[in-house]
Amino acid sequence: MKLLVCVCKTPDTTAKITFTDNNTTFDANGITFIMNPTDEWYALVRAIELKEQHGGSVTVINVGLNDSDQIIRKALAIGADDAVRINKAPTDAYDVAAQIAEYAKDKGFDIVFTGKETIDYNGFNVGAMLSELLDLPFVSLANKLDVNDGKATISRDIEGGIENLSVATPLVVSAQKGMAEQRIPNMRGIMAARRKPLQVVEPAAIEPLTTITNYELPPERSDIKYVDAENPAELIRLLHEEAKVI
Amino acid sequence: MSILVFIDHNEGKVKKASLEAVVYGAAMNAGDVVGIALGEIADDALATLGAYGASKVIVDKAAHFNHFDSRAYAKAIAAAAEQTGADVVIFAHDSSGKSLAGRVSVRLKAGLVSGATQLPNTDGSFTIRKSAFSGKAFADYTINTDKKVISVNPNSFPAKEGEGSAAVEAFDSGVGADAVSITVDSVSRMTDTVPLPEAELVVSAGRGLKGPENWGMIEELAIELGATTACSRPVSDDGWRPHHEHVGQTGITVSPNLYIAIGISGAIQHLAGVSSSKVIVVINNDPEAPFFKAADYGIVGDAFQVVPKLIDAVKTFKAS
Ligand SMILES: Cc1cc2nc3c(=O)[nH]c(=O)nc-3n(C[C@H](O)[C@H](O)[C@H](O)COP(=O)(O)OP(=O)(O)OC[C@H]3O[C@@H](n4cnc5c(N)ncnc54)[C@H](O)[C@@H]3O)c2cc1C
Repeated sequence: MKLLVCVCKTPDTTAKITFTDNNTTFDANGITFIMNPTDEWYALVRAIELKEQHGGSVTVINVGLNDSDQIIRKALAIGADDAVRINKAPTDAYDVAAQIAEYAKDKGFDIVFTGKETIDYNGFNVGAMLSELLDLPFVSLANKLDVNDGKATISRDIEGGIENLSVATPLVVSAQKGMAEQRIPNMRGIMAARRKPLQVVEPAAIEPLTTITNYELPPERSDIKYVDAENPAELIRLLHEEAKVI
Repeated sequence: MSILVFIDHNEGKVKKASLEAVVYGAAMNAGDVVGIALGEIADDALATLGAYGASKVIVDKAAHFNHFDSRAYAKAIAAAAEQTGADVVIFAHDSSGKSLAGRVSVRLKAGLVSGATQLPNTDGSFTIRKSAFSGKAFADYTINTDKKVISVNPNSFPAKEGEGSAAVEAFDSGVGADAVSITVDSVSRMTDTVPLPEAELVVSAGRGLKGPENWGMIEELAIELGATTACSRPVSDDGWRPHHEHVGQTGITVSPNLYIAIGISGAIQHLAGVSSSKVIVVINNDPEAPFFKAADYGIVGDAFQVVPKLIDAVKTFKAS
């Protein structure tokens, strides 16, 4: 099976978010970057498990400049076979999807994986856009995926429940919790990753469909009001009369 | 301008998040709001969308749309957008919107903003605010294309029911059964509670509860309040609670009217998923727990003492 996993570089989950240039640019100064958690923990690991089970190969792909190489090497250390980096700082989700589609369209991948969302722009868009560009079925929010004889059986989260479905490959899947368990790269993997191929591809000319024009930090919450532990009835009164939420 | 809203339905009823999407479309105040529904559903159920601001609903009731297939759905919705001349297509930012909005955006060559929390600002450009960095900031997106696709964050635009009834018209999308590639084998749904992403009231608990055997009081409090239960990541990682209750940066993001956090420390990754809640209540026995800094109301105390008293207080409140 030929598998492609889209991985994205995001600020560490504990990063303090600030902006520069009059709130138009994310300030990457002093920020540690990681591989987007759902890409790493679920999409990548499940792809590697499928390869271990059925044979084949796992390619990781990233749209980014060489500051992405660190997360790409990590993906190779966890167990991907080779990597492709499309050499461009992406402008929006459409740009990312279009660049990846341009690369993937004639390569015959059986499954293209993304994480369900990135923890920076929280769009949930790349997988959906990519599937349309490749004219493939798309299953979002998948928490379980098995493949047998060219048929994928998947379960996905829907509001308040689970949908179980099957679909022939090729397809695009966005992965979330449940699909696999995080793998920590070991020394052998880290050494092997240095020798695995990382191909740098020049980007296609893509016009972004959207532009971020301004950022803002959320307003501070007003001061907390404490209620005595012996008197929760007072909390209920406040929630009803003051906050008006019950 | 003309606005098309995708109407999702389940067991004969329009989903609440789709009602909110119609309310959003109407609040844009920019022209006729038309709904597009797919699959079998009674005309009466669709006509009720008039009370939320739709003037008309078009529906392709072909049986092959009875199960969700993002590729076939996207083709049909894009066909509806062409036929109605829609400039803006709106989805709910829920499990179907997350599969469809990106596809339709590509088909229509329309810029997409997903998870909108505010109405577009249309003086000069077309700019929409959404949450970014997992709730740590807002980002304003300008859409550069003539056509636009928006998905609306659940619970950001209350589905207020007004007056009126929408005309319901049959629509032939031209998308046949051969466009469907996904077979839905089964669907299991919890029917007794509001799904977490849509919930207006949430009772959430963390590792401070010590073990899964202690969730009885959490569930009881949720039932008394009519709330949905949630949890922190380690609680779901350890299998104390199901995955779909995991809230936070790597779980789901919620924005209910009320979020009650019991025995949760308030790590930055947890706060990211809940910070857009309107009111936050924290119950924790450690006065230094970081969650208190992000809360509107707090009780410093042992959950095992406080929660039973709180349940009694809710019962008394409901009886009064
Ligand atoms: C990459 C990454 C992603 C993450 N994503 C998420 C995420 O999406 N969601 C998430 O929740 N976490 C996430 N985490 C984990 C997060 O950092 C915290 O470890 C986690 O939120 C802590 O869960 P907790 O508050 O339940 O447990 P703890 O931190 O152990 O806190 C338990 C709390 O209960 C209180 N307590 C104890 N006993 C009682 C009692 N009897 N009565 C009242 N209070 C009591 C304690 O004072 C304490 O504050 C992530 C971590 C990483 C590294």
